[in-house]
Amino acid sequence: MKQTPSQTVGPYFAYSLTPEQYLYDFKSYADSVMVNPLENPDTITITGKVFDGAGVPIPDAMIEVWQSDHQNQLFGRCGTGTLADNRFVFYTTKPTSVNGQAPYLSVIIFMRGQLIHTYTRIYFEDEVTLNETDEVLNSVPSDRKHTLIATKNGNSYEFNIIMQGEKETVFFDI
Amino acid sequence: MSQIIYNSFDREVHPPYLSPDYQSTVLRAPSKPLMVLKQSLSELTGPVFGDFNLGEFDNDLTKNALKNGQPLGERIVVHGKVMNENGQPIPNTLIEIWQANAAGRYIHKVDQHDAPLDPNFLGAGRCITDSEGNYKFYTIKPGAYPWGNHHNAWRPNHIHFSLFGANITNRLVTQMYFPGDPLLQYDPIFLGVPPKGRDLLISAFDLSLTEPSFALGYRFNFVLRGHNATPFERQ
Repeated sequence: MKQTPSQTVGPYFAYSLTPEQYLYDFKSYADSVMVNPLENPDTITITGKVFDGAGVPIPDAMIEVWQSDHQNQLFGRCGTGTLADNRFVFYTTKPTSVNGQAPYLSVIIFMRGQLIHTYTRIYFEDEVTLNETDEVLNSVPSDRKHTLIATKNGNSYEFNIIMQGEKETVFFDI
Repeated sequence: MSQIIYNSFDREVHPPYLSPDYQSTVLRAPSKPLMVLKQSLSELTGPVFGDFNLGEFDNDLTKNALKNGQPLGERIVVHGKVMNENGQPIPNTLIEIWQANAAGRYIHKVDQHDAPLDPNFLGAGRCITDSEGNYKFYTIKPGAYPWGNHHNAWRPNHIHFSLFGANITNRLVTQMYFPGDPLLQYDPIFLGVPPKGRDLLISAFDLSLTEPSFALGYRFNFVLRGHNATPFERQ
């Protein structure tokens, strides 16, 4: 049987997919608080913006992150239309290494203007040793590897996504 | 670790990133080739939503936002099955939907189309497929609406669908269209799909699903990416 084709998420997803974040009267099934910061002293934040090919932050993207290791399976979802500067932010714990790989989160990106979603990964700047030996990171051209690595500032990591152009983020065919 | 490998996107039916007739793709489509990734634990797993409590009317958009009466428009019931490419049903899949009201207006704050909102219609719903992969929504047939892509651009009637499937390689966001819609031939979002895939996005009117004196029935099945294991090998 043939796969059902993808279509764009469009500009009006928020009242169904991220309703509480956008203050609609409908319960959210998923949000960006993947662990409760009050109960988890190890909570990190991952924040960033999504830029189009003209360098403009995209105000109507939806970012999903999936973190699956031997300790946690956590899912988060955040739209870029409510926070200052069109940021997304996730609250989670840092993933752990699986089978010697560098720890990462899987990312799925949706937006108006994408007829089919994109996949990328978030690695962590402070995992120097594992990042150096990681098979996936080493399969990426060396001058683009940094696009997959979040920078660290205390307990907060910054990860910007650049959809197009010279500084384009690495996207995966998974 | 199992040896199951999930299939890639079938590019014969999926749209490309860059589709210039749909103008918003021009600055948002990746310009460099995708990197092929060997699937590992995070690709072979995905969020499980079975433990969540659905609201009583989450799958009934004709009832889930009532304020002072019934929503206006033509009631419809949309049924279908979620399967993989081997035809195996996919149970426990979260399906989320959203749509315009009968007048072609979304409740989203960004939608400024000059058509009325319906105080009794939100246009959002969700359900989880049953043990045989089946789902059902009651809703109002969405109206067509204009958009700014080009002069006199109108979107055909459609319902947006989001599905999770067995893992993150199965993730699908798409739109369901209605049979015989004359706007399909002019819609760059629908036409962004290669010709082989287009019919797969059009629901079928089904008299046997139509509920007498209540709602017209439409059938729309989903096929998510399959894997290399045959049904016999699958545990």
